[in-house]
Amino acid sequence: MAPNDTAASPNIAPGVTTPDGRTIGDEILNVEDVSLAFGGVKALSNVSFNVFEGEVRAIIGPNGAGKSSMLNCINGFYKPTEGTITFKGQSHAAMETYEAANQGIARTFQNIALFRGMTTLDNIMTGRNLQMKTNFIMQALYYGPAVKEELENREVVERVIDFLEIESIRKTVVGRLPYGLQKRVELARALASEPDMLLLDEPMAGMNHEEKEDMCRYILDVNDEFGTTIVLIEHDMSVVMDISDRVVVLDYGQKIADGTPDEVRGNQRVIDAYLGVQHD
Amino acid sequence: MFYREAGQFKSSYQADQAIFPIVQDRWFMALVIAVAFVFIPFFADEYWHQAVIIPFLIMSLAAIGLNILTGYAGLVSLGTGAFMAVGGYATYKISTAFPELNIIIVFFLAGGITAAVGMVFGAPSLRIKGFYLAVATLAAQFFILWCFNKVEWFFNYSPSGTITAPPREVFGILISGPEAEPLARYYTCLIFLCVFALAAKNMVRGHVGRSWMAIRDMDIAAEIIGIRPLQTKLSAFGISSFYCGIAGALYVFCWLGSVETEAFDILNVSFPVLFMVIIGGLGSILGSILGAAFVTLLPIFLTNAPPMVGLVIAADLAKHVEEIIFGLLIMFFLIVEPHGLNRLWQIAKEKIRQWPFPY
Amino acid sequence: MEVFNTFFIAPFADMIGSPIFLLEVVIGGILAGIMYSLVALGFVLIYKASGVFNFAQGAMVLFAALTLVGLMEHSVPLVLAILVTLAVMIGCAYLIERWLLRPLVNQAQIILFMATIGLNFVFEGGGQIVWGSNVKKLDVGIPEKSFEVGGVLLNTFDLTAALVAAVLVGFLAIFFQKTSVGRALRAVADDHQAALAVGIPLKTIWVIVWSVAGFVALVAGIMWGGKAGVSFSLALIALKALPVLILGGFESVPGAIIGGLLIGIFEKVSEVYWGPAFGGAIEGWFAYMAALVFLMFRPQGLFGEKIIERV
Repeated sequence: MAPNDTAASPNIAPGVTTPDGRTIGDEILNVEDVSLAFGGVKALSNVSFNVFEGEVRAIIGPNGAGKSSMLNCINGFYKPTEGTITFKGQSHAAMETYEAANQGIARTFQNIALFRGMTTLDNIMTGRNLQMKTNFIMQALYYGPAVKEELENREVVERVIDFLEIESIRKTVVGRLPYGLQKRVELARALASEPDMLLLDEPMAGMNHEEKEDMCRYILDVNDEFGTTIVLIEHDMSVVMDISDRVVVLDYGQKIADGTPDEVRGNQRVIDAYLGVQHD
Repeated sequence: MFYREAGQFKSSYQADQAIFPIVQDRWFMALVIAVAFVFIPFFADEYWHQAVIIPFLIMSLAAIGLNILTGYAGLVSLGTGAFMAVGGYATYKISTAFPELNIIIVFFLAGGITAAVGMVFGAPSLRIKGFYLAVATLAAQFFILWCFNKVEWFFNYSPSGTITAPPREVFGILISGPEAEPLARYYTCLIFLCVFALAAKNMVRGHVGRSWMAIRDMDIAAEIIGIRPLQTKLSAFGISSFYCGIAGALYVFCWLGSVETEAFDILNVSFPVLFMVIIGGLGSILGSILGAAFVTLLPIFLTNAPPMVGLVIAADLAKHVEEIIFGLLIMFFLIVEPHGLNRLWQIAKEKIRQWPFPY
Repeated sequence: MEVFNTFFIAPFADMIGSPIFLLEVVIGGILAGIMYSLVALGFVLIYKASGVFNFAQGAMVLFAALTLVGLMEHSVPLVLAILVTLAVMIGCAYLIERWLLRPLVNQAQIILFMATIGLNFVFEGGGQIVWGSNVKKLDVGIPEKSFEVGGVLLNTFDLTAALVAAVLVGFLAIFFQKTSVGRALRAVADDHQAALAVGIPLKTIWVIVWSVAGFVALVAGIMWGGKAGVSFSLALIALKALPVLILGGFESVPGAIIGGLLIGIFEKVSEVYWGPAFGGAIEGWFAYMAALVFLMFRPQGLFGEKIIERV
């Protein structure tokens, strides 16, 4: 059985207005035939899907299905063994990891990857590093342009801090923060770079119900207010079905379904994958 | 009661990002600088200058350099001695080749050369991590000192193999060579330390410092948010080596006057400077200076303390006793406060803040 | 052209010209390499089990050798002296665990590394205060006779040293792989917390590991001291063992052994054939440079697996 074609999901397409009033833009990311292997182990085989600008796209699948590997390929941390990934019309088969951020891709991690020895403010400021160009001599002298640049970026960061309601922990070293807040700081760091596309790897893992609700609200607000395209991996099905426009389902490194939450929910292969029917 | 930030509101981000956001801290710092510039020269005699204060200032500068590399960028180096040697020998070579060149400019040139050498030996840091890198920097330590020992060009073919600082003036005041007054050398070192400590502080609170710390705390995440690992690590090596180079230049020109490579040995320089950084506090400019004070003062205290209380120990035995006490103190210190003197200073400030009502 | 000749042609021509001499140099390298392996082994054992880069290993070699010689000077018989020294090393291991490792548990590796530098000073100073700092001769009753096999000059002492080292390594391999203590050691090496969770007594394990490292230091001290006399310079062989560690890996016992042999051979060959071209005294850094260059191409070391980074 061929995987559902993306074109077969009529509800979401460029130019379409969603029920909550957002307009879906053109294709921003296209993943085509991507395979990834570590030695003999195939983490991904021939996965293709696309993401439209302004959409909330979810990648789901059982543990070990290759979801995180997929994100790692998109932001250049892993180099796909085959296939191409096109972001904003530019194909980047073998790019350096740091270039993804340059092109406007930001991400958060499954296991929090904050800089534990730095304060919340400093952590979020690192998200602005790409926008800061003064050289170290000006920095050392703390003179004119360096100060100006520092303050301008501080303002952007303060807006993000304001948006995510973490003003009170600005000067706290993040290693000492509770888990839920650390997740929020990580989101703040990703947002500080004002990305075009945000990759979220299990943003709600290990959270309680209220924290999940908060996180959902932030994600939707980001999408709504800044028009940021969002690709997220999540295990909590109710969350995924609620907030995403379209869902890709991976199993054993292969795409088994792709479509709106309702389509995916009814797909026999997805049900099989989750309930554990024997593979031939 | 006297030391608290209550009532000190900031209305701009610039004020919030000041080095000393609290007014009392600013006063205290001003006091320290005043003491350093006015009172110490007034009271210190030649022994104090030569044996205590000048080495302390120079080692502080080296410790700041190493702290940039190890404390901020998380790259452990055991090659500090070699980088200081590069600074010292480069100053000697340039200064003897171009005697008219202002010695301050020569110092900066030597710093630049050291930075370049440091970057060459820092290049492997992209692929080699942790203790592997630390051991790899020993390659720099041994190789560079071997060069300065074997290649006669470096010491201008002098038969003794030593380099001697020629007399050089700044604004008509002799600051190096055997005739230079201790006071002039003291001021030279002090000014260098103040300027470079401030510059270091500025760098580490800006985006350059943040990218170092990001690489230190989690290099993969740093790379994913767009920090280039190679550039960042090399800049840390370069700037750190620049500091070490200047410290090495002062070490030769403003302190010892005449040195062999032995003076930059791993046990004489590399380890002590690493101790300063760790005891002072990793990732702290103030800590580097406190650590340098501790490590330079301790041996002097250990040599002078027994005679003061009337104990006479044979010189040979005294050396070993000193060794043991030094070792024990270091272990004791690491156990009691692994985050260094800087942390103790923070705790002390916290205590004063709450005094006299510590609820 | 002449430079090219001195560095790239003449040394190889010399090698081919006199293969017997080359063989002698290589054997000399292997024997020196065994000594490096022994010291490196002490490092590896401790690093594996406690994650501590024990800079004091060299000082431990010196301390053990000094204690042994000191006891023998007071006319204690050899076997008894060795046993007493071993007991002293075990006592040290206990003290180190109690007063240094336990309070520093969970600290950053660099803090522990610095603490062992402190320990290094204590061992060096302590050994020399108690037993004096002049060079001492250590005679453990192994005859030093030279003989010839197929034109190659060999020495009974060196051969015995090689044999002892081989036996020691075999013994350690069995200890690590086959005994329950060995399994516990490997578990601790893998993950302290998980090992604690399944009830492995971490403190005991550390005492054992440091004792074994002390034992290895004693063997190295006997071998090295018997050859060159016991003096402060013994402590410096730690610096010789470090390139072995980066070549073989901090955590690999076979790495320490093969790495030690390679470094030994490499060092001797380069000293003999390339030393004069460089102006001599290159053994201080040549091994480091070689290990560094090797690491640039193979960052995981000799026996490490390719590192797959995850986020």
